[in-house]
Amino acid sequence: MKIVMAVIKPFKLDEVRDALTGVGVHGLTVTEVKGYGRQKGHTEIYRGTEYAVNFLPKVKIEVAVDGGQVDKVVEAITAAAKTGQIGDGKIFVIPLDHAVRIRTGESDSAAL
Amino acid sequence: MTSVSLSRAKLAGLALGILFALCMTHFTFDAAFAQAPAAAAEPTVNKGDTAWMLSATVFVLLMTIPGLALFYGGLVRSKNTLSVLMWVFYSVCVVTILWAFIGYSLAFTGGSTSLVGGFSKAFLSGVTPDSKAATFSVGVNIQELLYVCFQMTFAAITPALIVGAMVERMKFSAMALFLPLWLLLVYCPIAHMVWYWAGPDAIDAAAKALAAATDAAAKTAAQAKLDEVNADAGLIFSWGAIDFAGGTVVHINAGIAGLVGALLLGKRIGFGKDLMAPHSLTFNMIGASLLWVGWFGFNAGSNLEASGGAVLAMANSFVATAGAALAWMFVEWMAKGKPSMLGIVTGAVAGLVAVTPASGYAGPMGSIVLGLIAGVVCYVACSGLKNALGYDDSLDVFGVHCVGGIVGAILTGILVNPALGGTGIMNYETGKIAEYVFSTQVLAQIKAVLLTLVWSGVGTLVILKVIDVIIGLRPTPEAEREGLDLTEHGERAYTM
Repeated sequence: MKIVMAVIKPFKLDEVRDALTGVGVHGLTVTEVKGYGRQKGHTEIYRGTEYAVNFLPKVKIEVAVDGGQVDKVVEAITAAAKTGQIGDGKIFVIPLDHAVRIRTGESDSAAL
Repeated sequence: MTSVSLSRAKLAGLALGILFALCMTHFTFDAAFAQAPAAAAEPTVNKGDTAWMLSATVFVLLMTIPGLALFYGGLVRSKNTLSVLMWVFYSVCVVTILWAFIGYSLAFTGGSTSLVGGFSKAFLSGVTPDSKAATFSVGVNIQELLYVCFQMTFAAITPALIVGAMVERMKFSAMALFLPLWLLLVYCPIAHMVWYWAGPDAIDAAAKALAAATDAAAKTAAQAKLDEVNADAGLIFSWGAIDFAGGTVVHINAGIAGLVGALLLGKRIGFGKDLMAPHSLTFNMIGASLLWVGWFGFNAGSNLEASGGAVLAMANSFVATAGAALAWMFVEWMAKGKPSMLGIVTGAVAGLVAVTPASGYAGPMGSIVLGLIAGVVCYVACSGLKNALGYDDSLDVFGVHCVGGIVGAILTGILVNPALGGTGIMNYETGKIAEYVFSTQVLAQIKAVLLTLVWSGVGTLVILKVIDVIIGLRPTPEAEREGLDLTEHGERAYTM
């Protein structure tokens, strides 16, 4: 089992969700986050005073999947979140040791 | 049938003739009556004027709360929102009480000096719904108690304007002392100097008495009486400076106080380093729009009568504001690459400030020019001058109100010229528009600006220094970092 964690542009969230549903993912967790990468920040100007804003708003999604599904999921996210512009985000795949569905007590693959 | 109609027509003609004759006698009698000053007609109060001034007074309150409060509140970081709203609301409340106690008397009674009024109307002594206050027309008055309320709203907004320069870094206790002291020591004297005068009826009656005087002794006495009436005025008024709705009294006065306050208080922790972007430009826009709406009470209400002068002030307050807003937007677009929402609304406020002294004197085309100039000059003051000098006038009280006020005060002296579409200045002794002299008028305007700058600048410095010595001005650095809403007031603006 793996956690696929992706940081994407906020306005791409719906497209990514649709793409993930298309490859059989039935649940995901979304967090509003701030950060920067190569895109750096941007400049905001208020009455002529310029502020460098270093942290940009992004959306982080986390999906727990079976090992065999990982490539499909990563592909789906990549295709849906891509604009080709700097700042599209990143995907991280992290090992997952154990999972439990609280309502039934099912564990691991059965819990996903 | 025909003859009957004819006789009816004759009868009607006869009746009209009698009526006309009667009227003529009446008019002749009236003319003779008017020339006898001892029997001058008692000025009357008009229901239309009363209705308009009641409305205008409430409009000016709307400017302050919530207009100015939201305009300022939206510009600070969310952790200091309530402290700003609180300062503005507190200003309205504390000024209202003090105005009724002694403020009105200090501003609008004749004193032993031309710098400030006396105590004769302290606690509104003798002011009732039946006592009368002068307008700008001979024979027309409004209720004095209504005038007290209208002027009260001006007194309330002016200290509230200053707080924009000192946001995010002043203790509430220090502000709670500063606002009332500033009202009594700075606002009331300046309002007296600029606006206090004997009124048109007194001047008109004295001038007519002089004209009616026959022998030399009577002429001397009448001239002395006229001089006395003319001398019963504030210092700046007697210089001949004009300020229709408070360019000097409200805006230059508050603007320079803001700069002194910002300099004395010092910069906010993290100024120039931390992100201090406005937390809600939506509130800022709502506030600016309410300011514009309320400003019609401010400017058109300053005419004190529901007449052509109020209409002119309204038209000017529309066009100058729009002109300044567009000027700011286009200059910013050219200079910084993007037209900003904050820019267009700030330009609108700069236009309102600049047209305030001119609103009843300039023509609409002159006001558009005034607005365009104010928009550009205030933009340069807020973005260029402030950054170059490095002071933390947090919400641009100096750049918008003082600079815009000075532009307005001086241009008022130019645009009042009838040759430029202005109204000219009424001479109540002759009952005619006085001859316009450019140098005299502009010089009077400049003197008014300089005296206001010095009086308010020094007064503000002294008040703040004294408060600093007694209780201190700034919160602890920890409290300032945490935000004044929680540390000073124990509540937060947004709980989500």
